[in-house]
Amino acid sequence: MGIITEQLKTKFGDRISILEKNKKRVYLETGIDQVKEVVSYIYRELGARFSTASGIDTRAGVEILYHLALDRQGLMVTVRVLVPKPELKMPSFFSIMPATEWVEREIHEMLGVDFIGHPDPRRLLLPDDWPEGVYPFRKKSFESEKEVTEK
Amino acid sequence: MADRNFIPIGPFHPLLEEPEFFKFYVDGETVVDAEVRVGYNHRGVEKLAEGKTYDQATFLVERICGICSTSHPFAYVQAAEDVSGIVVPERALFIRSIIGDLERIHSHLLWVGLAAHFIGYNTVFMWAWKYREPVLDVFEMISGNRNHYGMFKVGGVRRDINDAQIPSLLKAIDEIEGFCSMLVKAVMDDPVIKARTKGIGILKKQDAIDIGVVGPVARASGIINDVRKDFPYAAYDRVQFERVVLPDGDVFSRMAVRLLETIESTKIIRQCLKQMPKGPIDAEVREIGIGEGIGQHEAPRGEVIHYVRSNGSNYPERHKIRAPSFMNVPSFKKTVIGQSIADAALITAAVDPCYCCTERMAVLDRETNKVLLNGDELVRLCQEKTEKMRNK
Repeated sequence: MGIITEQLKTKFGDRISILEKNKKRVYLETGIDQVKEVVSYIYRELGARFSTASGIDTRAGVEILYHLALDRQGLMVTVRVLVPKPELKMPSFFSIMPATEWVEREIHEMLGVDFIGHPDPRRLLLPDDWPEGVYPFRKKSFESEKEVTEK
Repeated sequence: MADRNFIPIGPFHPLLEEPEFFKFYVDGETVVDAEVRVGYNHRGVEKLAEGKTYDQATFLVERICGICSTSHPFAYVQAAEDVSGIVVPERALFIRSIIGDLERIHSHLLWVGLAAHFIGYNTVFMWAWKYREPVLDVFEMISGNRNHYGMFKVGGVRRDINDAQIPSLLKAIDEIEGFCSMLVKAVMDDPVIKARTKGIGILKKQDAIDIGVVGPVARASGIINDVRKDFPYAAYDRVQFERVVLPDGDVFSRMAVRLLETIESTKIIRQCLKQMPKGPIDAEVREIGIGEGIGQHEAPRGEVIHYVRSNGSNYPERHKIRAPSFMNVPSFKKTVIGQSIADAALITAAVDPCYCCTERMAVLDRETNKVLLNGDELVRLCQEKTEKMRNK
């Protein structure tokens, strides 16, 4: 087990579950209440670079994965958190990591997650006349086709 | 705010990968605020990829970008291989590195040429593009195409480099290195280029860290960051090369980083060609398996990252793509404010996101929407400033 994995395990204990996939990739899973603490620890204390965040629509909610690169150690730490449906509310990381500004806007318009505390939640990629409440990256199988076309 | 004018830049430009729309609010000649709007060319590639098999997606992501067309397949195939830990044959790793770094040379030369055109140095523009041609010829020799090489596949590469080609490739690389060294000396010692780019559009190190910029923009601001060294992949851990890092963060540094990197790239390619082992070029992958994978590649503009989640079927459940410009473009707010309009064109150019868009720059009166200055005028302004400096 790598040093970083050990460090994370001692710091957070049972509050996170760690999967060390290989030498370069570590996946963490945590709850929505703790995610801010976990991510800011990795970003500030371990000195990670925010690479990007991926949002994935699942049946239970939207999974968000924060990919944090520890360049000096050559390790990509991915923090996974599930934002439950139907509220889809998530604290914004803008105040901790300004680099998340654009990607949060992207996840907001593509998947409909509300980032609480984001300074500029306008559309980034979708056109201005795109209908409200239609989220292109949601899985169609999870919401009825009819509902989408009606909007 | 009736007297506050803004310059819209963009949004459409067919040359580089991402059409963007910049709004520069100006007070006289000085830029006081900046806004960026992207998405004009959002083609939904991530969604399209969900309907493509793993092999088809390689060609889909190759079409994301026309200049650095290998960056996305490079990151993507690594993400797909990362899902279940597919081991790629050695020879394929070397061929991947050769393609990746040839692309860096041609992309950086293209940038230098266009930047020179902007400051009114059309001689350098012609030179840089002339010396980019042999790189494209090398690509044609290896892959059959000057761009969109179609070399990558999950588990290896699609075409081998013939042993008989290697001497002529080495000769071509030597020539390219000669051209690049000459260009480095010519550009970096030029007093006018220095006067026009030094101390302009500075991105401070802390700002660069906060915004999370990558690639040459980060390295020009003193951040030691290069995926090839930090997360060794392909054959990059088997060859010797240096990361080019400069502390100043201005346009000149970004130019210098890119120029010096072309020479490092020739070193990488030469070593790869010489050390390339014999053997298969394809792991003949039958299935991807269940799981998730991340692929990274240091593209000419910085880190490309792909995330793939596989549910065991032929199609990925999610394919997330992040191009380097997504991180680099937001740095405009820090670099452009406080600079003059004549420099704004150059600063937007220095991040290497867009050029054709600047052809469409126009200064409008906000009240009447009357065009005060158009794209040609702005290029003329930028070039006149150089002319004035030269005559001083």
